[in-house]
Amino acid sequence: MQFSESWLRSLCNPSLSSEELCHVLTMAGLEVEERRAAGADFSNVVVAEVLSVEKHPDADKLKLCSVDVGEANPLQIVCGAPNVAAGMKVPCARVGAKLPGIDIRKAKVRGIESSGMLCSARELGLSDDHGGLLPLAADAPVGEDIRRHLDLDDHLITLKLTPNRADCLSLLGIARELSALTGTPLLAPDVKPIAAAVADTRQVVLDAPASCSRYCGRIIRGVNANAPTPEWMKRRIERSGIRSISFLVDVTNYVMLELGQPLHAFDDAELSGAIHVRLPRLGEQLLLLNEQTVTPSADTALIADDVKPLAMAGVMGGEHSGINEATRDLFLESAFFPPAAIAGKARALGFSSDASHRYERGVDFELQRKAIERATQLIVDTCGGQPGPVTEAVSAAHLPSRQPVRLRTARAARVLGIRLATERIEAMLKGLGLAVERQGDDFLVTPPSFRFDIEIEADLIEEIARVHGYDNIPSQPPVAQMAMMPVTEMSRTPMALRRLVAERDYHEVVTFSFVEAEWEADFAGNAAPILLANPIASQMGVMRSSLIGGLVGTLIANRKRQTERVRIFELGRCFKRDASAGPVTGFAQPLRLAGVAAGPHLPEQWGAPAARVDFYDIKADVEALFAPRQLEFIKAGHPALHPGRCATVSLDGRPVGVLGELHPRWVQKYELGTAPVIFELDLAALLATPFARYAEVSRFPAVIRDLALVVPQSQTLAPLLAALRSAAPAIVRDVALFDVYQGKGLGESEKSLAFRIVMQDTQRTLEDAEVDAVIASLLAIASSSFNASLRG
Amino acid sequence: MDNLDQLVASATSDFAAATEPAKLEDAKARYLGKEGSLTALLKGLGKLPAEERKGAGAAINIAKERIESALTTRRDALKSAQLEAQLATEALDVTLPGRGMPRGSLHPVTISLDRIEQLFRSIGFEVADGPEIETDWHNFTALNTPENHPARSMHDTFYLQGEDGKVQDDVLLRTHTSPVQIRAMLAHTERYKDLATMPELRVICPGRVYRVDSDATHSPMFHQVEGLWIGESVSFADLRGVVADFLRRFFESDDLKVRFRPSFFPFTEPSAEIDVAFMSGSLEGRWLEIAGCGMVHPNVLRFGGFDPEKYTGFAFGMGPDRLTMLRYGINDLRLFFEGDLRFLAQFH
Repeated sequence: MQFSESWLRSLCNPSLSSEELCHVLTMAGLEVEERRAAGADFSNVVVAEVLSVEKHPDADKLKLCSVDVGEANPLQIVCGAPNVAAGMKVPCARVGAKLPGIDIRKAKVRGIESSGMLCSARELGLSDDHGGLLPLAADAPVGEDIRRHLDLDDHLITLKLTPNRADCLSLLGIARELSALTGTPLLAPDVKPIAAAVADTRQVVLDAPASCSRYCGRIIRGVNANAPTPEWMKRRIERSGIRSISFLVDVTNYVMLELGQPLHAFDDAELSGAIHVRLPRLGEQLLLLNEQTVTPSADTALIADDVKPLAMAGVMGGEHSGINEATRDLFLESAFFPPAAIAGKARALGFSSDASHRYERGVDFELQRKAIERATQLIVDTCGGQPGPVTEAVSAAHLPSRQPVRLRTARAARVLGIRLATERIEAMLKGLGLAVERQGDDFLVTPPSFRFDIEIEADLIEEIARVHGYDNIPSQPPVAQMAMMPVTEMSRTPMALRRLVAERDYHEVVTFSFVEAEWEADFAGNAAPILLANPIASQMGVMRSSLIGGLVGTLIANRKRQTERVRIFELGRCFKRDASAGPVTGFAQPLRLAGVAAGPHLPEQWGAPAARVDFYDIKADVEALFAPRQLEFIKAGHPALHPGRCATVSLDGRPVGVLGELHPRWVQKYELGTAPVIFELDLAALLATPFARYAEVSRFPAVIRDLALVVPQSQTLAPLLAALRSAAPAIVRDVALFDVYQGKGLGESEKSLAFRIVMQDTQRTLEDAEVDAVIASLLAIASSSFNASLRG
Repeated sequence: MDNLDQLVASATSDFAAATEPAKLEDAKARYLGKEGSLTALLKGLGKLPAEERKGAGAAINIAKERIESALTTRRDALKSAQLEAQLATEALDVTLPGRGMPRGSLHPVTISLDRIEQLFRSIGFEVADGPEIETDWHNFTALNTPENHPARSMHDTFYLQGEDGKVQDDVLLRTHTSPVQIRAMLAHTERYKDLATMPELRVICPGRVYRVDSDATHSPMFHQVEGLWIGESVSFADLRGVVADFLRRFFESDDLKVRFRPSFFPFTEPSAEIDVAFMSGSLEGRWLEIAGCGMVHPNVLRFGGFDPEKYTGFAFGMGPDRLTMLRYGINDLRLFFEGDLRFLAQFH
């Protein structure tokens, strides 16, 4: 809501500076979003009359003007404006004036002395219009300061109104609030009924009273549709952000801004018979003023006459029934449409109008007659015409009701944490125009017809808190019962996990949850992702089912910024349709942790050989994140990953994620050069931590033996190691791989796996014989089940 | 006995002259060896008269101890010198950089969220989590925002396309973290339904939220933290106290100014916007909108299973992205979501 400060002050004028006034409004919940001066900062410009215009002797385009600025002698001023003419009144910057960007001095223009400058609107910072001099009204008093004449010390104030404060979508509403807040009297416009000069009326029928419970209409005959809008009115509506169009349109806007009641003017000649407010007929269409043809939904009320629809009720008028410069007789509408009837209607058609904006938030339902009288008066005063009587159709049963609301002083004190005197509460409520009945320490409060936001006690508590001032309520440290927060060893927080990942040289990123459909296909093998109905851009059109796409995208972006070594991770949610999932039925939304490492394993440094990051580097990271729990890595396939370099990460026999090198196909398609290594893990599995279990520490010496086994090249470690471990008797504390060897001394298709076997007993020192027996049994298992032989 | 003193002096000086262990051993032999001068003196004792022998023997032994001591001192000195020489050859360039893996970084908003969690945990708030594809009921209806409520237009909501190709209107991408309030309330009231008076509910809900909006100051995905405290005597004054305390702790600035301004949210009444002003820095003196808050609307308490006559509560929602920008002086919201390592690596 934008408006002119001086207009507001004509209705309520507290002795506050412009800044103070804005502060009062802001701190009462009418947030001032912007305040700017109506005119640029300049001085010494006055109303002048051009007395005569002659050609400049030495320049074709320049003219020599004699200008009256209200002094004894006219000034001689050289002017180049195309529209300068004798008899016109224009702004004149006098010698010594400071305009935006120029200081006016006495000067010679092509040899002729010029004592000032005649100004365009742009030169005064009023608009971009530089087509010629700014013409002033014929009756503008010569010599008057232009700032005063055009009210340029005014400010344009924009309120960012919350949707509950529809009552402040008018100057009167804001003034009423300001009056309550400052105790300054309200100077509401004096609106008197205008007596009918003709008897003509149109019948009004409320066919759909739930959509329109009050409708006032009036014919005004013989108006001059070409009458100019008075300067003061034009200035007020323009400073309120509405363009001046023609006087009749301007009047409807003026009254809407002043009182908050949207009005509509029909060309009476276009109407046939009675006015109906009704629901649309099947397939009925209407061409709106914005040239949009609409087929209104079944619950959209229309204004219609006996034969055709005229307007979309409370939203926008129709193209064919509106007024134009040829209109002689008009039919003025001032109606109340309940918020529920209008809410969402304009939005459904993709626009918003000043009327719908007000109706869907709530217009004072007792304002219609007053507004039509106000508009009639302004019309008759300016462009003549003979008004008929006001026809009012009302469905009392469908008007909003205003139920009394009980306010308990004690409850207010409990909610606010401050006890306000009962008398003070009463005064504040009354100041807001609420009908108050005191009952002991309680109040029965009936809200006025212009307030749509007072229905329960809490609403009244807010009102008194607001008027009292939120900042006058103490800020107190709360008192509560103490109880310790649980600190568990069974799980860790996502934050602790993030720190662990960052410690391993990954940088955390946050990528969008909606991604390109192509990423889902390439990196998650998901051909049917969850689609957004209204994505902000096509490359953010689907919900991710994997974090990998976003991470690869981030890798690509960093490569473009010439960062070669990229190690990033993200902790976030993925989305997949799953009929059995909850808590939102139909959608699985697991949290995951994923990482990508690309480029050199270590940053380039003097003491370590350069090596590209590989599967086993990142496997170590994954193992460290789960430590001390042991993972299994099972060879697997994944749409994003190299088929020979990809593993399912398994914990306690359950898959908890995936690890692998990006598939060469995607490396090439996304121009990554070298393949990054990627992991994606279930967060829930990562967060669970094992509770430490104590095992006795032996005081007896350990025996360590190495066992190097030659096995076929294709033999994977895991089954062999598992067999050795399961075959090992209790004295074997650990079997660990410490070397893998291929090459000299072994056959082409052979490799050697060397294990270190640690044996120890908690009760005694081991004897050589039993140690030898253990090694022999392990070797036996390896050779019988895995075709392994002892390396010589 | 002057010649004994001379002998000691001469030995000490010979030892000092020996610059390596072998030469020192040669010098030692000249005094203490079989043919050494001191050995000779000892051998000569037998020739002295018995009454002189005792005194002379003692004197010679003192001289011998002195020479041996001088020898030990010199040996130690030579050993130290040798060690030092060896260590000198082993010296490293201590200014070369350390080897190995550096540390990564945490996202700046994560750092803020962690601090927010810690601060609220310190006064007994637990952390709750909720789904990001949310039901319309949790996101709007239960938050006192029925369909066609004008407040719904304050949020430009992302909707999903159903499998039938139509807009699925019962679910959406949550537009705020407030639905987690409802989930936390329902869980709490279910858990304690058999108690005459339930314990207080104190919870914060951090997470990602979504709105159809994108420019330098808006991102279609951003973060929010919701806070909720419900009990038998939780007031607006408490809300002011908690929020002001939090903001001063978060920004580590005791002179931070905080103001509450009436506003409107369907799910709180009274409602407020919270503005802060810093007393120094580039934003000095400017009021900056930082959070919305209010007393939980009775309808919302009811939806959550609380009797609004018995319980009151406050809720607040703030933007950790904005808090982070203000704290570190970051001027463009988009940096948070672009994953530029040159930006991210600045935060630990």
